[in-house]
Amino acid sequence: MIRIGNGQGFWGDSVDAPMRLVEDGPLDVLTLDYLAEVTMSIMQKLRRRDPEAGYASDFVDLARRLLPRIGSNGVRIVANAGGVNPEACRRAVASVAVAGGRPDLAIGIVSGDDIFARLDEILASGVRLENMDDGRPLSAVRERVLSANVYISSFPVASALAQGADIVLTGRCTDPGLVLAPLIARYGWKEDDWNRLAAGTVAGHIVECGAQCTGGNDSRWWEVHGWDRIGYPVVEGEEDGSFVVTKHAGTGGRVTIGTISEQLLYEMGDPRRYLTPDVTADFTTIRLDEAGPDRVRVSGVRGAPPPPTLKVSIAYLDGWKATGQITVSGPRAIEKARVCADALWGRLKRAGLSYEATETEYVGLDACHGPLTPADAAPGEVVLRVGVRDPDRAKVDRFGKELAPLVTTGPPGVTGFAGGRPKAAEVVSFWPALIPRELVSPSMTVVRAAEVAGALR
Amino acid sequence: MSATVRVPLEQIARARSGDKGNSSNVGLIADSDALYDVIRKEVTLERVAAHFGALVKGRVERYELPNLRALNFILHESLGGGGSASLRTDAQGKTHGQALLLMQIDVPEPLLKDARGVAPAPSPGARR
Repeated sequence: MIRIGNGQGFWGDSVDAPMRLVEDGPLDVLTLDYLAEVTMSIMQKLRRRDPEAGYASDFVDLARRLLPRIGSNGVRIVANAGGVNPEACRRAVASVAVAGGRPDLAIGIVSGDDIFARLDEILASGVRLENMDDGRPLSAVRERVLSANVYISSFPVASALAQGADIVLTGRCTDPGLVLAPLIARYGWKEDDWNRLAAGTVAGHIVECGAQCTGGNDSRWWEVHGWDRIGYPVVEGEEDGSFVVTKHAGTGGRVTIGTISEQLLYEMGDPRRYLTPDVTADFTTIRLDEAGPDRVRVSGVRGAPPPPTLKVSIAYLDGWKATGQITVSGPRAIEKARVCADALWGRLKRAGLSYEATETEYVGLDACHGPLTPADAAPGEVVLRVGVRDPDRAKVDRFGKELAPLVTTGPPGVTGFAGGRPKAAEVVSFWPALIPRELVSPSMTVVRAAEVAGALR
Repeated sequence: MSATVRVPLEQIARARSGDKGNSSNVGLIADSDALYDVIRKEVTLERVAAHFGALVKGRVERYELPNLRALNFILHESLGGGGSASLRTDAQGKTHGQALLLMQIDVPEPLLKDARGVAPAPSPGARR
């Protein structure tokens, strides 16, 4: 059996969770998922300013804290902290390792997912990278592209582990792949072992959002206890592909068929066709059984070959936006907030402005559920939240100047205008596309920290 | 036929939602096999589309996962552009699961013995 714990569901998740997973119970592999889609474009921007940037710098601090516990006698780490610059991430981690007395650490990186520099060559070869949602060719936005990364297979990550890497840093491998890879490495699963690869993918899917499978977001939240010490998930994987999801003893939260079922459905499309670069998993074949307190056994998962193409996540600049808010209180708060909103939009119209998109929300009343809001709701105060989006930055800036005047030119009881005028921010949109597998060649290297650090001198 | 009782889905099912681009998905999980049969018949694609109303600009898809006693709904064009383009508070559909649990459906009274979604009375200081 191999124990794999996921201590990070996104960049910004708990900084202590990875430490708790390593220190509070048995663990063989720690996985860390830092990359949301938008993260890659942020990292590409950072790298343009500084060629040694462009990765999840939080990981370097974490590696420093974990140093004494990393290795074959402790825990091995698989993290997509490499972002758009895995080499620089490895150099930073190696420096920390050598300084901390661990020049022996073997650090692997997997690259080849980043096709940003090859985009023109790929387009010239006749691959149009059409938008999967609307069919437009990428040439329509080519000059505004910020980053382009292919979701690559888990096998190069597994190879790095098999070669003895204590830490493997990747770019855009799939989130479930972080868990699948150590299972492949441990048990030697083959590239056409569809059922086992599907099982490992399901394991990764369950834990990829950290505590969302251990009590976080549980629909029956009133039955969950120990929120202040909520445990992060641990997968106990077996050779046959079956596994148990659990958490360390003494931690808060809970693992039940209910919490696992909920997370299985998170971000789910067609449940019979969960596509990854490794396998097509069928979520209708999953069997769940209670296996003791805070233990759920998962078995029976069936898989089929993956599609012949790989998914590319392309980020591009898509105009400007700004949002701002004021608080409206007292008698007939909602009516007054509506007067404010009408005044704001009316004034902008008089100034000759119209926008590609606008939004008016009454936070505290109907911002999240809109038409589902009870008709008789009458809060004592409400936040009016307004926003615009447009290709023209000047128009978005002008909108930002229209909010503050409402404090003195609208109904009474208006306050809470803090933080200055709403600022225009760039919109980064996503362009999902497909690319033939043969155009992408991931590669992997494993090097000792001393050697990496030595090359720096 | 036993008498039916009208209850919110919250009482007999769990839900979770997430995003993919400008679409959200909502998974709905019944508390028992018998209650799964009820939601499978009652919580139709048409009813879900009507329930969310103007919140969903595109079509609705529906999938069944009997192994998890679950239904999965895809609500297309429900996030005001999605991702960083959306101007919404809930740009990622994180709250759409809670919204579906507000739907009222008719359940044969004896089946409610398996319902697990009845929250205890609010604790002192808490408000609805």
